[in-house]
Amino acid sequence: MSRNRRRKLQLFRVVVFILMGAFFLIPIGAMFEFSTRGTGLNSARTLSAWITIGQTPELVAAILVSLGLAAITSVAMLLLLVPTMVWVRLRVPNLSRAVEFLCLLPLTIPAIVLVAGLAPEYKWVSFYLSDSILTLAFAYLVLVLPYTYRALYAGLSAIDVKTLAEAARGLGAGWPTVMWRIIVPNMSGAILNAALLSVAVVLGEFTIANLLNYVNLQVEIAQLGRANAGVSIAVAVASLLFVFILLAILSFVGGPRSRSYSTRGAQ
Amino acid sequence: MVDARLRRPDFLTRRSLGVLAGSVLLLAACGPTNNSSSSTTSAASAQSASDLGGMSALVSAAKKEGKLNVIALPPDWANYGAIISGFTAKYGIPIDSANPNGSSQDEVNAVAQLAGTSRAPDVLDIGMAVALANTDKFAAYKVSTWNDILDSQKEPTGLWYQDYGGYMSIGYDSSKVPAITSLQDLLGSGFKGKVALNGDPTKANAALNGVMMASLANGGSLDDISKGVDFFHQLKQNGNFVPVQATTATVKNGTTPVVFDWDYLSAAHGTDVPSWKVFVPSNAILGGYYAQAINKKAPHPAAARLWEEYLYSDEGQNLWLKGLARPVRMAAMQKSGKVDSGAAAKLPPVNGTPVFLSADQATKAKDYLASHWAQAIG
Amino acid sequence: MTVAARSLVNTARRPSGGGRRFSMDWLGAVPFFGYVALFLLLPTLIVVIGAFFGPDGLTFSNLAGLNKGFIVSAFVNSVLLSAVSAMIGAVGGAILAYAVATGNRNGAFRRLVLSACGVLAQFGGVTLAFAFIAAIGPVGFVYVWLQQHGLDFYAGGIWLYQLKGLMLVYAYFQIPLMVLVFLPALDGIRPQWREATESLGGRTWHYWRYVAGPLLAPAFIGALLLLFANAFSAYATAAALINQGSIIASLQIANDLTSEVGLHQPGIASAEALVMVVLVAIVMVLYTVLQRRTARWLR
Repeated sequence: MSRNRRRKLQLFRVVVFILMGAFFLIPIGAMFEFSTRGTGLNSARTLSAWITIGQTPELVAAILVSLGLAAITSVAMLLLLVPTMVWVRLRVPNLSRAVEFLCLLPLTIPAIVLVAGLAPEYKWVSFYLSDSILTLAFAYLVLVLPYTYRALYAGLSAIDVKTLAEAARGLGAGWPTVMWRIIVPNMSGAILNAALLSVAVVLGEFTIANLLNYVNLQVEIAQLGRANAGVSIAVAVASLLFVFILLAILSFVGGPRSRSYSTRGAQ
Repeated sequence: MVDARLRRPDFLTRRSLGVLAGSVLLLAACGPTNNSSSSTTSAASAQSASDLGGMSALVSAAKKEGKLNVIALPPDWANYGAIISGFTAKYGIPIDSANPNGSSQDEVNAVAQLAGTSRAPDVLDIGMAVALANTDKFAAYKVSTWNDILDSQKEPTGLWYQDYGGYMSIGYDSSKVPAITSLQDLLGSGFKGKVALNGDPTKANAALNGVMMASLANGGSLDDISKGVDFFHQLKQNGNFVPVQATTATVKNGTTPVVFDWDYLSAAHGTDVPSWKVFVPSNAILGGYYAQAINKKAPHPAAARLWEEYLYSDEGQNLWLKGLARPVRMAAMQKSGKVDSGAAAKLPPVNGTPVFLSADQATKAKDYLASHWAQAIG
Repeated sequence: MTVAARSLVNTARRPSGGGRRFSMDWLGAVPFFGYVALFLLLPTLIVVIGAFFGPDGLTFSNLAGLNKGFIVSAFVNSVLLSAVSAMIGAVGGAILAYAVATGNRNGAFRRLVLSACGVLAQFGGVTLAFAFIAAIGPVGFVYVWLQQHGLDFYAGGIWLYQLKGLMLVYAYFQIPLMVLVFLPALDGIRPQWREATESLGGRTWHYWRYVAGPLLAPAFIGALLLLFANAFSAYATAAALINQGSIIASLQIANDLTSEVGLHQPGIASAEALVMVVLVAIVMVLYTVLQRRTARWLR
């Protein structure tokens, strides 16, 4: 590439990143600014809204419930998707298009349509299984599919699953061993990424919880926002920062593994 | 041979996983129902306190149930915060208050959706339109002070009974906008981007009545809400209308300094904004009452009935009065001298006869709004 | 064992996935398909079928009831909003994706940006609405600051709470989604193409117009369609931002389910949902067709 072109490209990249960065960071900064406003026009900045988070029992309960839901959904998603994707890739590659399509569908079916149809199913679930809000994990698992599928797919594509699996099987490993001790460690970065994406989706979900009469973090934020805007915005920023920080840590910890499968040999 | 070891059968083959999943579902389907509506059948069918053997029997039955589920009761709405804590303090029964910002329809939807679970709402506080449309979901019950309620304000068998009401008003922050003496003032330049409704009139009762009040003050009538829609369209044209849902938060931070809302809700803003004033136009005194009902399939029927007794006792009615709402038994209580006169004196003054929307007029209004509101305001 | 016997045992023992025999391998995908069928396809089916049932059984009155001015305009607004925000997201996202793709492929910065896109792509609803209200709402920090310096962009009305505002706010999650979906296509661009163009005497313009452009077009349009479907089905953000008038289809459905002034019409809501599902289905079919064409060149 010529020097001139490289310089133009660099300039282009810098301008794009600055503009996009501003567009995405300003609203978040504004939320932070709003949550630290004092009462009255020119009063000092205060962290009272943030401190009140810990003092509002409904908010703390909603935070804990949402974190629990996020954990359950992540684990369940991994248990469902990873074996399925590996199996499909190895044994039934014809189905991979169908799997990909089904994983993309939740992005396009309106949540409000989905919840209208889920309501009778959840009546059944509440009656026969459990009343607890944690049953929302059933619905959330479906919602996270579009994002987690991509992440897992990227991870699976980066390693040569076929060779690994055949080699392991040839050495006498059963399927559990192949999955748990060979494939999973080699896509640990992608798995962590998928888990984190599903945490982000669950923490941000509002429609289904609200229309099924459950109170999760977003529902509580919305309800609190009508009475006390500062506290609810503080919680919103906090939950965003939480996921950002997790992902930032991941992108530096999970990085080196994603290049190629481990060369630790026959260990 | 290599083949034998490659094909070692595995307990985790997909086929068996499928069978496992299927059997779990089957087990779940046949499992014992775990709905914990351990209702004492006598309480569920009691139509008055005497059916259960008197008030003390009702109180002990309620205490045994140990909980009450309410829905859509914001703490700053007609002093419900104090009413809820008052009930818990008096009887020791904790109250679970769900979805405080829900609409009356949300309440009825929750009754249907959560039927049979322990989270279903026990009691409902709903607008008249929803009450009239859903009587099949209510249990008939007459509180001990039943005779103090006017016949026009209750359903004869006790399926629903009005609880409190007020008049549609214009609340405003007098430090941010000039004083309001008539509806037309709002069209002036001092109100740019300042006037809001409490919700969307095609969704919320309070907002529908707000538009109707504007209609009455603008030359319309109870049968004709179009003048109200025209007024808001004019507000929008002048740039005075702000399409934000007015809430405690928006009043506090100054986004909505002028709000069309029930007078008791408006008056509550006075605690956050000392310069808040409430204005009811003398040519448009539109009253509206909400109604109470008990869920026929309430998970805590005795507690539900005790709650109604509490609300309609002098204590409960006076708590609503403290919230600047007009309790339905107010006339009777004024006669018996039990009314809280200090609170009564704080009610916004109203000179003239109030009018009320009938069910048919409300239907006509909502049909007109459905087809014209979005255009007028968009 | 003899060779013949051994080979007999081999073939008898090994049910293969190579298509020689009837393979039971697809059973391995049953848990996934079963789950998705139960919690995604079944609810959609319930709603779609519900559109044809009224209180007295099978009826077309729900669909007929859709023929009202405000319902039709709600759908028109939805399509308009989705198209515009998809265009904004596609163009903005493609530019951002290109900026990312031309960087260090294993660099920390790229990973950070992609992680951020992963979070922002599904960041929506109440919190996003709050973020924009806090930034450019009537008492928002950016608006107040600009107003103090003479620029009042709400002079003609507060557009944040109207369709225009939604278009801007939707860009916040459309652009990251575009990056996530389009980046693999950009990564598939080989430097050899550029070199080949140059060796044949072509400049940047020729490269984009005749080589990279046509190759990326199916991926771009596919991503555009996905963004359209995404915006079309969004609800929570609009619900939090638009308080007056159910101006788009998803808000109209919600109103028909929860209105307390007597406009509660679950049948109409189902009919509207059916229309939404049909529209989205069309878009997704087009998307799948385009995906097949993309895969060929950019693998």
